[in-house]
Formats: sequence, C-alpha cells, structure tokens
Amino acid sequence: MFSKRHVLSMRDFSREEIDSVLDLAGSLEPYARGKRSDMLAGKILALLFFEPSTRTRMSFETAMKRLGGGVINLGPAEGSSISKGESLADTVRVIGGYADAIVIRHPKEGSARLASEFSPVPVLNAGDGAGHHPTQTLLDLYTIKKESCLEGLSIALVGDLKYGRTVHSLAYALSLYGADITLVSPLSLRMPDAIKTDLSNKGTRVNETSDLREVIDNVDVLYMTRIQRERFPDPVEYSKVARSYRITPEFLAGARENLIIMHPLPRVDEISPQVDGTAHARYFEQSFYGVPVRMALLKMLIGDGSD
Amino acid sequence: MAVTEVELRVKPIESGTVIDHIAGGQALNVLKILGISGTTEATLSVVMNVESKKLGRKDIVKVENRELKEEEVNKIALIAPAATINIIRDFKVVEKRNVDLPDEIVGVVKCQNPSCISNTTEPIRPRMIVKGKNPVLLRCTYCEQPLADRIADYLI
Repeated sequence: MFSKRHVLSMRDFSREEIDSVLDLAGSLEPYARGKRSDMLAGKILALLFFEPSTRTRMSFETAMKRLGGGVINLGPAEGSSISKGESLADTVRVIGGYADAIVIRHPKEGSARLASEFSPVPVLNAGDGAGHHPTQTLLDLYTIKKESCLEGLSIALVGDLKYGRTVHSLAYALSLYGADITLVSPLSLRMPDAIKTDLSNKGTRVNETSDLREVIDNVDVLYMTRIQRERFPDPVEYSKVARSYRITPEFLAGARENLIIMHPLPRVDEISPQVDGTAHARYFEQSFYGVPVRMALLKMLIGDGSD
Repeated sequence: MAVTEVELRVKPIESGTVIDHIAGGQALNVLKILGISGTTEATLSVVMNVESKKLGRKDIVKVENRELKEEEVNKIALIAPAATINIIRDFKVVEKRNVDLPDEIVGVVKCQNPSCISNTTEPIRPRMIVKGKNPVLLRCTYCEQPLADRIADYLI
C-alpha cells in the first residue's frame, strides 16, 4: 500500500496510503510510549533544519531513537557548509552519503522536493517555507482518528488560514475523507482562493466565517492555530482579532460534549490554560502522536520490513 | 486566384517551418520559447497583427531551412494554443499539425513565487506540470504554486 520513496507533500498521498501510515502508527504507539525496540537498529537519520524547530525536530529524533536508530544533526546553519555558499543540492548529496534518510526543514518552498531529486536516500519534508509540512498533517489526522472520527467529520479550522501551512495541508487531506470544513479567520487572513477551489472541486463542503461563535456549537473538532502579531501592521487590530479567537471554558459552554480541541503548538493565548483540564483538550496528545506517526514513516521508508 | 493580403506581406518559403494562427502580438514570445534570438542566422519572417477570421488578429512566424521538431514547437501552446505548424518542402506543405502542450514543461517558464527554491541559484531548471491545456494552467513541480495568468511574463 505504501511504496513511496520520499514524504514531501500531502498531495502525493492517496487516502489508502494515509490509512496505511495511520494504521502502522497505531501499532507502533507502545514503542512511542517507551517499549523497547531495535526495528531501526544500525540506521541513521540526518536532521537538516535550516530553520528553528523544537517539536518537529525532537519528535523525529525521539521516533528514531525509540526504534533503536541513531540521529545526526546539521546544527546551526552558521558555521556549516551552507554559510560557505554550498547549494542545498550538494548538501543533501553529501549528507545522503552519511545517513539512511534525511529530514529537512528549509525556508524556501519546494526545497524538500529539490532535495529528493539529489538525495541518494529518502527525504522527509519537515516544513518548506510556507509550503508543506506533511508529517504534521499525518499526525493531525492520526489525532482525529484516535480522539474523534475521520468519517463524516465536521471541523472548524481557526486562525491564520492565509499563511498557516499546516491548515492548507490538513484541509487538503480532510477533503479525501469528505469532511465538512468551516474556515474561521479574520478577513485579512482568509484561506487563499486557489486552495478553497481545490477543496470544492473535490466535493468538500467549505463554509467561511470570521465569527467563531457561529460554529462552536456545531463541530466535532476545533483546530486552532496561532495568529502571528507580525501579520498585522496595526497592534490594535491585532489584539482585537486575537481576543476574538481566544478559547476559554466559558466559550465552550454550548459545545458538543465530544468536541475535541487541537492546536499544532506552540500556542500563545488562543487557548486559555484553563481549557487544558477540560475533556475537550487534545493538543498535548496531538503533540505526542507526532512520535508514533513519524515512527511509522521512518519504518516504511527505511525499515527492513523484517521486524 | 486573388493574392491575399498575407501572401503579399510574406512570400511563400521554399523549405522550413511556418507557424500560423499565433494569437496577435505573441510572435516575439513564440520566438523566445523556440530559443530564436536576435543573433540567429536563420532567415526569419515575422508578421504581426494581420486580420484573421479565426482569431481576429494573428501573428505568423516563418523559419526557413529548419524543420522544427514536435517537442520544441509544442511548448508554444503555452501562449498560442491555436497555432498551426506547417512543414514546408519545395514550396509545398508536407505536414500540418496543431500544437499540443506536453504534460511537463522544463526550463521555459519560471515560477512566479519568489520564495520558490527554483528561483534560487540551485542547479535545477524550473519545471511546470501542465494541469490544464485550455485555458492553460501550470503548477510548479517544486513549490506547487499554480500559474495561469500572464504566463508570457514568466518566460525565461
């Protein structure tokens, strides 16, 4: 079912392929929780992060180490070959000679696909500028599958839908499952038309509003994202918008009992800490699920298939 | 038979390629796509903005003593989808065909996204997947940004 050599964009995935990743992630969850394994013993994963990352980098590292593999790191770009002007193409050819797979995060869009053309080993895209972040999408889908239901889902994507790469990939993937998607954002941060058209063409129902209150009582999943201050030239406008998308226990009073709240993290103040203790909060589980999902991808790409 | 206005402007060629029915004003872009620049040694005729029943206004390009191959000519469908290609030998049309965009176009159009890796000094050529032929819709292989409007502006 899964015959990919690289993981670059959700567009490359069929629903069956996504399902096979999620199924394998499910069976690997005990190892993500600490059960010993040497499935990837002797394998080395190279982490090439040209931009800062905490959870993505660390969860890849955790996934690899918990399966018995090793990790090598590019380290800060300063002082490395990049600052000497080496091309990305050359860098991945060199690093590909040291490792069994490469995880890359790079500020330029399309950089992971370029890397895949030059790398002798599988490449996993951990974010290419405003482009794609497929492993985040897969862990989001895994969270929805585990904590809610992927079929017949009603979901609200909230926040910066214009620049937020996670919501673009997620919306695309959800369209494969026939989800009912409501886009909630300030006018200036609405999802680009090209992506909305793509969703409608796939038969997905897409509603759009800037008022979260309109939808909060009618969704199964509330997917919050951070609204970045630097997107707003006017600080007053920013605080007005930021306040209107702040989730508190009171705000959730009329919500469905089984509503789950997700967030790719880090959060700033979109979700009040008081929500953490409610039955709705799932963002820390979601963050943890990055480990089994990345384990599944690593096993599919570089495992021997023997385990 | 009466001599048409177009024939008066450009006389028939003995051998080579005639590209007819180019959308008015696009002849120079067609030459650009074909890689024919001002330093070419080929005998070349370019007729622009003549009346056309089909297109209103059309351009014509004649390249003498050179038979353009299908794959090089097909790329002009990017900006001149109605173009027809006539291969001439001994003053006769020996082959006539329409242009048909290939599924992928490499090194002809650059991505409009300034943050795309293909717009850097990396050792790659811009590559576009053809998602739609009429109207033309391209998608950058690298950053997946679509390109549909003002394609001529992005010719390399």
